[in-house]
Amino acid sequence: MNYPEPARVLEPSEETVETPRPAPKPGIKLSVRHLDFYYGSQQALFDNNLDIAQHQVTAIIGPSGCGKSTHIRVYNRIFELYRDQRATGEVLLDEKNILDPSQDLMELRRRVGMIFQKPTPFPMSVFDNVAFGLKLHYRMSKSEMAERVEDALQRAALWDEVKDFLRKPGTALSGGQQQRLCIARAIVVEPELLLMDEPCSAIDPIATGKIEELIYMLKTRYTIVIVTHNMQQAARVSDFTGFFYQGRIIEFGTTNQIFTNPINKQTEEYVTGRFG
Amino acid sequence: MREHRVLRFFQLWPQTGAESLGDIGFRWLSGCCALLVPLLILAIFMQLLYYSIPTIKTFGLGFLFSQTWNPVTQEFGAASSIFGTLISTLIAMLLAVPLSMVIALLLVELAPPRISRVIGTLIELLAAIPSIIYGMWGLFVFAPFMADYVQPALGNTLGFLPLFQGPPMGIGMLTAGIILAFMILPFITMITRDVFLLVPPVVKESAYGIGSTTWEVTYKVTIPYGLVGVLGAGFLGLGRALGETMAVTFVIGNTHRISASLFAPGNSIASCLANEFAEATEPLYVSSLIALGLVLFIVTYLVQVLSQMMLRRMYRAWSVGL
Amino acid sequence: MNRRPPTGRRLINFLVSGLSVLASLLGITLLGWITLEVIYRGLAAINLDFFIKLPTPPGMAGGGLGNAIAGTLAMTGLATLIAVPLGLLGGVYLAEYGEDSRLADNSRFSANVLMGMPSIIIGVFIYAIVVVPLKHFSGYAGALALAIIMLPVISRTTEDMLRLVPNTLRETALALGAPRWKVTVLIVFRAARAGLITGGLLGVARVSGETAPLLFTALNSPYWFRSLGEPMANLTVTIFNYAMSPYSDWQQMAWGASLLITVGVLALNLTARFVLQEKK
Repeated sequence: MNYPEPARVLEPSEETVETPRPAPKPGIKLSVRHLDFYYGSQQALFDNNLDIAQHQVTAIIGPSGCGKSTHIRVYNRIFELYRDQRATGEVLLDEKNILDPSQDLMELRRRVGMIFQKPTPFPMSVFDNVAFGLKLHYRMSKSEMAERVEDALQRAALWDEVKDFLRKPGTALSGGQQQRLCIARAIVVEPELLLMDEPCSAIDPIATGKIEELIYMLKTRYTIVIVTHNMQQAARVSDFTGFFYQGRIIEFGTTNQIFTNPINKQTEEYVTGRFG
Repeated sequence: MREHRVLRFFQLWPQTGAESLGDIGFRWLSGCCALLVPLLILAIFMQLLYYSIPTIKTFGLGFLFSQTWNPVTQEFGAASSIFGTLISTLIAMLLAVPLSMVIALLLVELAPPRISRVIGTLIELLAAIPSIIYGMWGLFVFAPFMADYVQPALGNTLGFLPLFQGPPMGIGMLTAGIILAFMILPFITMITRDVFLLVPPVVKESAYGIGSTTWEVTYKVTIPYGLVGVLGAGFLGLGRALGETMAVTFVIGNTHRISASLFAPGNSIASCLANEFAEATEPLYVSSLIALGLVLFIVTYLVQVLSQMMLRRMYRAWSVGL
Repeated sequence: MNRRPPTGRRLINFLVSGLSVLASLLGITLLGWITLEVIYRGLAAINLDFFIKLPTPPGMAGGGLGNAIAGTLAMTGLATLIAVPLGLLGGVYLAEYGEDSRLADNSRFSANVLMGMPSIIIGVFIYAIVVVPLKHFSGYAGALALAIIMLPVISRTTEDMLRLVPNTLRETALALGAPRWKVTVLIVFRAARAGLITGGLLGVARVSGETAPLLFTALNSPYWFRSLGEPMANLTVTIFNYAMSPYSDWQQMAWGASLLITVGVLALNLTARFVLQEKK
């Protein structure tokens, strides 16, 4: 597939990036090839093929039950928690197939972060929530950890609201704050790909606005895939959009093209709100 | 009107409209049956207290701290029985709680659903085996096994501790504690499994999603999440262990003595009652035994209440959602 | 950032997983060990005489535990007759009438507490209120002790099972003009029948292996019972007395009785499960 240039030209981030990262280039971060997915004997995804561009936001839209969430749950193999679920095909992350049985799951999930529909603060303090992944994957001094937690909270646009309540339980925050806490928790381990499974479906419009802003800022450092049933949201935040229907990718292209000039009839009907 | 309010309070009076006579009768009848249970607990407490009065009058608080237990001289003290109850229960909890946790972990996180169901059923059947059968097995099978293999091995390796000194007789505090552990294991396991299952999958998923191992998810997220429930399960097991009678009576040795060694025989409140009650004739002897029962009643009642409160809090909190 | 090598984490996870497999195997082994031992040792004692004859003094061949079997059946039966109606009605109140009232809350709480109460305490209680005033041990006292143990089990399972009956069913029947109690007895009971039977079976299973509450209520007896008003032979106390005796033929009898009790209790439990699963 050949991508046109993304709609917006990005300013390089002002923040100092501590870990050396490859310079942002519109390469391909992740490619899905011939992905089929089964719940028991029932097939849910059919021959999905998709490329996720690096440092871009890719939105996945479609009516509920079309397999959007199922699709991104393959990227970090979280579906494997359930024994009757099975995926075949290839998902290449930096050209390496993550569905390979030899793939180290812990490392994969460090590289591929995930935000869920409902905020999922762990039963511990705000600080410990964010430090959770750091403690798992890195060895560092207390002061460095505090620095990184603060940095992640800053970038999740939550620091100012919680800096005086770091020892309070994460569950005491409001819904929107909890979701940003989960984002901070996901980005603190420096993932390369960030998956968001309808991250705004359980929170109010103002909090949703904050998270959308956040997505825009975060893409300078991460590659983001967001599943959403809200088309306006997809149009606002994403550079590329894929339309799913009944387990198949019906159309994929730049967000601009999908929303203004869809090629497929079903896509057109969906984005103009005639079904879904 | 005041009367009416009291009845309303117990919901024994219909809230809406006229109820038929049959309905009023049925409501009252069933209400009385429901009232029976709390009344029974109250009655048990009153009776135990009433029969304990002679003991309390004779020995006072000293009853709880005296080691003497001599039916001939009519001197009674509960210390050795209380000590034995606590030690055997402590051994049981130390063994049963971790084992229950890891079995629940297997049932919920590790085993495929079908295997998990089979293992779960087998563990539940373990809970159904009557206490006296554990006693028989303990006395004739497990105690010799302890005497031949476990106790000599412990004596050889940890014999420098006073805990593991003395002749390996098989019967004694350690064996009683281990059998108690076996008996409460299924109870704690089953409730812990339910608690683990109640933790929302999405919370576990997000912990896995950061790259945690199964153990890290369980230890850092699942258990803290269901902590109240897990504690409730533990207390439920504790209550059972404290009052378990027959299995302990078979293997504890039944002597009123406090020893440092876990190999030595001892007794517990329940085993003392089981052994001596039918033979006790003098009023003060009977009263002292019932006073022992009162101590057991109060302790297990408190433990049960704590456990129920914790489990209830958990189910309430989770019925509201995240 | 300084990466933490995952080897240690993986090792701990592996060890804990291994431990959980071992612990589960321990549980299963235990179940197998106990049941096989009981079957192996118990079968040697079981023959026709075991079921129909009276016990013999130690050293004398033959004899059986016919009187103890009859006594256990009679006391369990009477306990069931007392506890089932009371527990059923109590459960009806909890599920249908009381719901969140103070009384229902208290009753539910107390039932849970009573279920965890050491059964020997129940024995002491019955001793105090029945044996002492009547001045002798009796089958009635034993049955009453068993009934108290059974009551909360029946009441709580009844409530749980009635709550599983969908409310629409009640509303439909009430809409036809049936009084509430008729709806409960004729419709809700029928809809929850499998669950109620399960509750009853579990209650019986719970008490049929009980020993402690019989030790000083029913006591024991070497004879056939003529009425429930006298000390009464029963299997569990017989197991206790015989096992603690120094005579190997009595111990043999105790194993036979253990086999009977174990088979009975496990069969009741499995039947209860089966009944409930059939329903689902």
